[in-house]
Amino acid sequence: MHIPDGFLSTPVWAALDALALPATGLAARAAQRGFDESKAPLLGVMGAFIFAAQMINFPVGMGTSGHLVGGALLACTLGPAPASVVMTAIVAIQAFVFQDGGVLALGPNVLNMAIAGVLAGYLPYHLWGGGRFRRAAIFAGGVLSVISSAVLALAELLLSGVRMPRPVLGVSLTLFAVSALLEGAITVAVIAALERIQPGFVRQPARAPSMLLGGLGLCAVMLAAGGLVFASTAPDGIEQLAMRAGIAKPLAAYGNGAGIAGVGLVFVLLLAGGRMARRRSA
Amino acid sequence: MRRPVVDVNGLQYSYPDGTQALRGVNFHLEAGEAVALLGANGSGKTTFALHINGLLRGRGSVSVCGMEVEPRSLALVRRKVGMVFQDADSQLFMPSVLEDVTFGLLNQGLSSEDACERARVALRQTGMAGAETRAPHHLSAGEKRRVALAGILALDPEILVLDEPTTYLDPPGQRALADLLRALPQAKILITHDVPFAHATCSRAVFFHDGAVVAEGPVEAVAARFGWGLAAR
Amino acid sequence: MIHRRAAGAKLAVAAVFLVTVATAHRHLLALSAGWLVVLVSGVLVAKLPVGGIVSRTAAVLPFSALFALFSWMEGFPQTALGLMVKSYLSALVVLLLVATTPLPELVRTLESARAPQFLLMVVQFLYRYIFVVVEEAVNMRTAAAMRGGLRFQAAAGALATLFARSYSRAEHIHRAMIARGFQGHFRSMATGTLAAGDVIFAFTAGALPLLVRTLGEVLL
Repeated sequence: MHIPDGFLSTPVWAALDALALPATGLAARAAQRGFDESKAPLLGVMGAFIFAAQMINFPVGMGTSGHLVGGALLACTLGPAPASVVMTAIVAIQAFVFQDGGVLALGPNVLNMAIAGVLAGYLPYHLWGGGRFRRAAIFAGGVLSVISSAVLALAELLLSGVRMPRPVLGVSLTLFAVSALLEGAITVAVIAALERIQPGFVRQPARAPSMLLGGLGLCAVMLAAGGLVFASTAPDGIEQLAMRAGIAKPLAAYGNGAGIAGVGLVFVLLLAGGRMARRRSA
Repeated sequence: MRRPVVDVNGLQYSYPDGTQALRGVNFHLEAGEAVALLGANGSGKTTFALHINGLLRGRGSVSVCGMEVEPRSLALVRRKVGMVFQDADSQLFMPSVLEDVTFGLLNQGLSSEDACERARVALRQTGMAGAETRAPHHLSAGEKRRVALAGILALDPEILVLDEPTTYLDPPGQRALADLLRALPQAKILITHDVPFAHATCSRAVFFHDGAVVAEGPVEAVAARFGWGLAAR
Repeated sequence: MIHRRAAGAKLAVAAVFLVTVATAHRHLLALSAGWLVVLVSGVLVAKLPVGGIVSRTAAVLPFSALFALFSWMEGFPQTALGLMVKSYLSALVVLLLVATTPLPELVRTLESARAPQFLLMVVQFLYRYIFVVVEEAVNMRTAAAMRGGLRFQAAAGALATLFARSYSRAEHIHRAMIARGFQGHFRSMATGTLAAGDVIFAFTAGALPLLVRTLGEVLL
């Protein structure tokens, strides 16, 4: 989901814009592998591929169809850092050229879809892609990439004070779950077809300590964001209970606290990861 | 005796999957000479051409302007050989015509001003003057081809290699290209299916079959021998 | 007239506008009217079709209207209004920016602002080939439609083919690059000089949204 400008509160978009800068810089450096720019045309063309992939509809019955989002597919074929760079370029082009997603909201949208979404799409494959549960891992990657970017977007909106009645939240989460399952299915099918054409396209998951760091960071953020979103769907009972216990505006406090703590944690992890990456390439 | 500008002896090449693409090809090109490479699809013409500027490396010897083509000499060799590929879209990869034509010049270390000047001359030469700021995806197939050629001519190479240059060109376009090529002083290698075009631009033809050169001689004679000539219809 | 201004100046003005709109909280209706006047004047000065621009920007409205409805239902009409006008005006600012500035120029400006060169090159290549690959996909879809359409597995096969073709195209591009002496880094032709006219434009146009806001806050 691309968040337009005007939805997020100033602290949220400003903080996430600031966070997105080192994150994209890190991904760009990692994708370059030694400061040679010759991979840029490949990543650009694969970004064009993702746009074009929207033209191919996958029928799911009952007259509806969906299309590939692509974060997990790119991560399993190009690697997580190059995939992040491609998705960042895509989000930027969507914002500027198509006004799909805001410009001030680029930070949050990039973090949701190009960083978290790609990482979530890759981690299951990284952990289990080499063994018997390969297809399940790829499927899980597709599902998690859509779910994570959706939950993060919802959390950012809630944190900014955009009202979403409980039934609406419930319906959105259901819709996101359905499209996540579809993404998983499409990703598995396309990777299977790719391997028939040319096995070399789909990479073998490689050892990388920075993956562990990224994985931990992602889990922390998802816990915070997920907590915020699911607490917002909780029945009135919890709110009333907390209010009677004397905590004023508990939901907001919980949300803000957890959200900000999660963001802070990610920032620290990114800095640490950046320093690690620099030491290894030095 | 004048040394040929392109001198290939016993060139063999196999694809990564093992199929042999070239079986001991011998080929010589003199300065200013234009040679057509004829042959069926998959006979090895393009694979052979990619060895001339070192994009592929096989067994045997390939030398360009007296230099053996090897990793150390690649930069120099690529200044001597200008290659226009079959797919113009993959060759015009910069956002504007001017940026694309100046790409090679900037890589050679020219300043922005000098590069732009040489680019404008080359665009005029290929009839694309005024197209500097246009985006490649707005050009027609023939225009793309002409800009790609300009990008190569701007580098002032000694040898031109063109792979299927008449694809997507209408007859007037083909005539214009033939006229342009005839007027250029460089040695030329033209990979083509278009026998009349080859006849109009080249003094000699070489026929590829299954990775080897099986005939050499004047264009019409070679073509007729394999049933490719106009008289065969 | 706006078309010829330096991309950097236009980007700065757009940034000021976006932040001014995003951070406003009171008198939104009046301020939006003022901002709309400024932006529509910009569209007219740039000789762009007002109807086309205004309606293209309206694409964001259904999305914001939905969320505005929820906010209004829960008793927050100010939030509802804010969502609609801010999202619309912001989209209008961005559209005006890209309608008067070719993307490669925008990329070059960001390059001089020290954005990661690698990412910018990816954006540039993406933009260059988006039409090419989309056309390939549309052709595939049409060809399939002639033969009864794409079922799930066939669609996956089509995507895999498109993937492989794109990858192959990237290899051809790389080959063409090294044949013309590419050494690993893209040289830019960026000139990056700001003319006096650009600076004047940046200050006057950039002041307009701020002016509207201050006037609104002072008079209302």
